[in-house]
Amino acid sequence: MATTADSFQAHTEDHGHAHDADHKPGFFARWFMSTNHKDIGTLYLIFAICAGIIGGAISGVMRAELAEPGIQVLNSVTPFIGVGDADLNAALHHWNVLITAHGLIMVFFMVMPAMIGGFGNWFVPLMIGAPDMAFPRMNNISFWLTVAGFLSLMFSMFVPGGPSGLGAGTGWTVYAPLSTDVGSPGPAVDFAIFSLHLAGAGSILGATNFITTIFNMRAPGMTLHKMPLFVWSVLVTAFLLLLALPVLAAAITMLLTDRNFGTTFFNASGGGDPILYQHLFWFFGHPEVYIMILPGFGMISQIVATFSRKPVFGYLGMAYAMVAIGVVGFVVWAHHMFTVGLDVNTKMYFTAATMVIAVPTGVKIFSWVATMWGGSLEFKSPMVWALGFIFLFTVGGVTGVVLANGGIDDNLHDTYYVVAHFHYVLSMGAVFSLFAGWYYWFPKISGKMHSEFLAHLHFWVFFVGVNVIFFPQHFLGMQGMPRRYPDYAEAFTYWNEISSYGYIIMAASMVIFFVNVFYALAAGKKAPANYWGEGATTLEWTLSSPPPYHQFETLPVIEEHHDYHNHLPRSDEPARA
Amino acid sequence: MNSSKSIASFFAALLLMLAPQAVFAQANPANIEPMAPEAATPQNDVSPLVGAGERGDAAAGADAYVPMGPEMIKGQPESGAFGFQEQYSKDGQYALWMHNAILLPIITVISLFVLALLLWVIVRYNRKSHPKPSRTTHNTLIEVIWTVVPALILLVIAVPSIRLLASQYEAPPADAVTIKATGYQWYWTYTYPDNGDFEIISNMMPEDEAEAKGFPAQLEVDNRMVVPVNTPIRLQTTAADVIHSFAVPSLWFKLDAVPGRINERIFQVEEPGIYYGQCSELCGARHAYMPIAVEALPRDRFEAWVRAQGGTVGDEPAGETVELGEGAEAADGAGEDAADGTESEAEGAENDTVAVGARGTGRRS
Repeated sequence: MATTADSFQAHTEDHGHAHDADHKPGFFARWFMSTNHKDIGTLYLIFAICAGIIGGAISGVMRAELAEPGIQVLNSVTPFIGVGDADLNAALHHWNVLITAHGLIMVFFMVMPAMIGGFGNWFVPLMIGAPDMAFPRMNNISFWLTVAGFLSLMFSMFVPGGPSGLGAGTGWTVYAPLSTDVGSPGPAVDFAIFSLHLAGAGSILGATNFITTIFNMRAPGMTLHKMPLFVWSVLVTAFLLLLALPVLAAAITMLLTDRNFGTTFFNASGGGDPILYQHLFWFFGHPEVYIMILPGFGMISQIVATFSRKPVFGYLGMAYAMVAIGVVGFVVWAHHMFTVGLDVNTKMYFTAATMVIAVPTGVKIFSWVATMWGGSLEFKSPMVWALGFIFLFTVGGVTGVVLANGGIDDNLHDTYYVVAHFHYVLSMGAVFSLFAGWYYWFPKISGKMHSEFLAHLHFWVFFVGVNVIFFPQHFLGMQGMPRRYPDYAEAFTYWNEISSYGYIIMAASMVIFFVNVFYALAAGKKAPANYWGEGATTLEWTLSSPPPYHQFETLPVIEEHHDYHNHLPRSDEPARA
Repeated sequence: MNSSKSIASFFAALLLMLAPQAVFAQANPANIEPMAPEAATPQNDVSPLVGAGERGDAAAGADAYVPMGPEMIKGQPESGAFGFQEQYSKDGQYALWMHNAILLPIITVISLFVLALLLWVIVRYNRKSHPKPSRTTHNTLIEVIWTVVPALILLVIAVPSIRLLASQYEAPPADAVTIKATGYQWYWTYTYPDNGDFEIISNMMPEDEAEAKGFPAQLEVDNRMVVPVNTPIRLQTTAADVIHSFAVPSLWFKLDAVPGRINERIFQVEEPGIYYGQCSELCGARHAYMPIAVEALPRDRFEAWVRAQGGTVGDEPAGETVELGEGAEAADGAGEDAADGTESEAEGAENDTVAVGARGTGRRS
């Protein structure tokens, strides 16, 4: 009895004060002073969706401008949103503001909050059988710091930036001296830097919270080697955040003092070095790209196992491949800097080290395939997104192997080939895993079933759209089109036009997504506790959908017969409805 | 030498006030900092160094400098193309071979292999055809294979990759021609320290002008970076304000221009022709409008060009070979007119189009 699902949910029957586990605070206290990991997770997801809409709309302006050569969209958009006149320089500066905002929003305010803040907050405690996160109030401030960071970034777009317009036009990398008073005299860059400070502080606090939670609050009997892979992925990610973000904080603080207090860390005329900034930035920046994809790896592992009705193949290999990716991810940063004038031996080292990452990544891809091999595959929407992820992430990964070669990168560096590469691993890798996770867990979060038909339709339209956007960009890059150009030579028109059509297809798929969300919330069927059936064997499926406001007041116990795959109480086997 | 230079400059400046046209015909150009591209342009209205009479002779000779016309464009993007631009340097050809013969086949096969595996499991192991899942979770052999085989593939890639890097970073020989490219917001200057240290200011050619002349808009410049063909170039890059990047895709070359640092790489063009590139590091509003055009000439024509810029070849002193003819005023650049490809066009001496040589800074003190 003690191990049945019902007893996990609450102790209501035992104690007689009904609905204690579901006692919720009032609206303001619940959503603005929240200490509940599920509410905070929901806030993160809502926040990420809002940021994603803004970041995605910005990319729409960018693709519209790039649909043909010349400047024809920016010069009307710029005055429309009140950030400059209709003159050419203001429009060109505004382009740089848009690419900067798109990059920073998607990285810091869409992917990271959704993956770690949203799904991590929701499902790490549920999967390890914990009642909440270790530091619930710190969890709250992590979220609101992220919001404050986002507002600071938005604000920066409307204060003076470069010589010819409002906003920070430095690129998401904020390279000095374009980002110092040489290239960006106005306060916009200060607000952008402050935005990163706030979001970074929020992430560091969140990371300590996850590490503490995972190390100390696992259900009795759940050893590290019995932990679900999603929890493993968040654990590795949290360590990456904890080690990488302080370096970013240092770099942008030095930038801030260069800008405002007369230091010359990145100014050669005062004994500093612009390349130092790049080393510091990419020492953070490369782990950052794994921060964005590792939780996705974890989600894909859960989903593939669930819909194959089979435990993940090579569990330990999968877990330690993520650890290896995390470790090696810290020693490859200068492959982002192959053209800055590195020593040839340095380039050789970074070439070799970068290629090494392909090995653990390959282990993961093949292990997912092996998980499905011999399984009994059911193509529910999360599984379809996961399959799309595996293929498209592979395509994005192999172009990474091309770029890893320092000598080859001489031609491709800072071209659209790089843009195509990182959108294949992020816009298709990270985002496909986010949608896979969304359809996997949305009914668990909301208690309402989405439409599987719309979810599949969303997948196919999105799949076509993003491939039409990004595949031609490989060709543009190989022909030499540089990144971050609002305008281009006639010869680049053909593929750019096709790429912009792809954006329209992708945008249509997002309409389907939102229709599905509203349909589910308004008219969706009530979701049972385990709506995926037999293959779903981690602890969140032992709880109702949505789970009670406070769960696991009696801790679940992971016993000898449980492995890393199946954490269901014995009486729950085989699957419940 | 320095003092004579400054005296000459002073003299030039004095005369400038009196009769600009005549001065430019007879003296060396004034030493004006390239503060803004526009500021430099008026200086170019007349070519100071090539007298009309002399040019007439030179035009007949083999070594007169005539800027190449659109028919000589070799390195430029092609509409709708799938791959890289054709390569005109040894390293570029090697890198292109490495990409097309090694990397592209490997990544294509891997992607298709993963796709095939996915399709196979979808067909073979879907719930209808395979209702009872196996419980297999380990197979040491296969796990070793999919760790070791990718590592071996990477080793295969690493060998030519390291070789390419070593070749790209060979030290330039002592007799290499040194060119220093400096990035400004938003144009390039090229100085030739081995050839009298004259300086070329290179701005994007206005789009309608480029189109009218048959050059690709946004890629063509007013004054190209001229290099001798089949000669090692020691290219040094630096920048005056923010970071820029000197890139020429058809030569497989990209090197950042960083303020306060000088980067250096060897660079060699195999065929005469025009090779276009664009700034490849975000540098502010007009980042997209500071293209790079390299014009590779046979050695003798290169030397003629150097002399036409007021530079020197070998140990000869600056300007020695330039005989200023009588009535040399309003000598227009052999440049723009000759872009049409006909040397007789150089006779259009009254034409006020921009001359090819920006100005010499041999007099810079």
